[in-house]
Amino acid sequence: MIYLALYWEFFKIGLFSLGGGLATLPFLYKLAETRPQWISTQAIADMIAISESTPGPIGINMATFAGFQVGGAFGGLVATLGEITPSVIIIILIARFLTAFDKNKYVKDAFYGLRPAVVALITFALIKLMGVTLFASGIVHPIETVLYAVLVIGVLVWKKVHPLIWIVLGAIAGVLFQLPS
Amino acid sequence: MKKREAGLWELYVSFLKIGGLTFGGGYAMLPMLQREVIDRHHWVDEQEVLDIYAIGQCTPGIIAVNTATMIGYRKRGIAGAIVATLGEVTPSLVIISTLASILMSVQDSVWIQRAFGGIRVAVCALITQAIVNLAKKSLVDWQTILLYLLVIGASVFAHLSPIAVVLIAIVYGLMVQHLKRRAA
Repeated sequence: MIYLALYWEFFKIGLFSLGGGLATLPFLYKLAETRPQWISTQAIADMIAISESTPGPIGINMATFAGFQVGGAFGGLVATLGEITPSVIIIILIARFLTAFDKNKYVKDAFYGLRPAVVALITFALIKLMGVTLFASGIVHPIETVLYAVLVIGVLVWKKVHPLIWIVLGAIAGVLFQLPS
Repeated sequence: MKKREAGLWELYVSFLKIGGLTFGGGYAMLPMLQREVIDRHHWVDEQEVLDIYAIGQCTPGIIAVNTATMIGYRKRGIAGAIVATLGEVTPSLVIISTLASILMSVQDSVWIQRAFGGIRVAVCALITQAIVNLAKKSLVDWQTILLYLLVIGASVFAHLSPIAVVLIAIVYGLMVQHLKRRAA
């Protein structure tokens, strides 16, 4: 039963991803490893691009996209419902029984460790993504690598520019230089 | 300011708007959220929104969803929580499903493949930017930098699952802060 499996996989992602949108990325890569017939590492990059350039929370957009690839529009719905179920349950419990949850000493201490770990997981996801985009089987793609360097300087200098602009620039460069090289 | 009651349909429509007009996650939703739930409907006040948003950040799942669930619950109990959350995710479901089906039908086009060849590079750059921003707020002392390097090492060489990393990091955070307090 593919929809049940889909619901369960995204339930786990919703339960263990902390720190918003991109924090679900490491879990999607894990999913691409354990269930390669569902999503490929390449497809994850496309998903991020679409999710960043359309309205709605990035994490939800990625869940819908991944679910759609597995089981059409219904698959998208099931994956999204799976991802939000833990949130709804946990938030209702907190709203009922725990006041000042965010000011709790132990919650703060846990997040002191969680934050760097989440940044590390996202960094690892980036390393994987670069592995299929800038390099392939040990060979550096020169056009992609130069384009990456230029774009990184761009995003770090012009911080306020919307991600959609960079994605469109990437698309134009891709057509001009006939990527993937 | 006197707080107003919220209807279930009103909650759904409000969060539908918030979800449909916010690009990206996290902080991007705050201006839209404030406009809808404070200025327009007077459901919660400024301080409450910030508190709810803080809770949304330190609970599992998507921050925007957590925030919607919390506000919905405060106004109309469990039904309100569910309705607000469904409103928040409806635009994603509609827009992404539509785009995904269009993409699947044009993915053999060489133009689309070239465009995505460049888009993937742009995505690498955007994630790099996100990592730089997050690192500034998260890597605050040698203990956090050490954990950062250890997790990358463990992911590359030991194929540690993200779930294990999350659990280990919580224990690490509690222990380091405990030791710091004892040393102080």
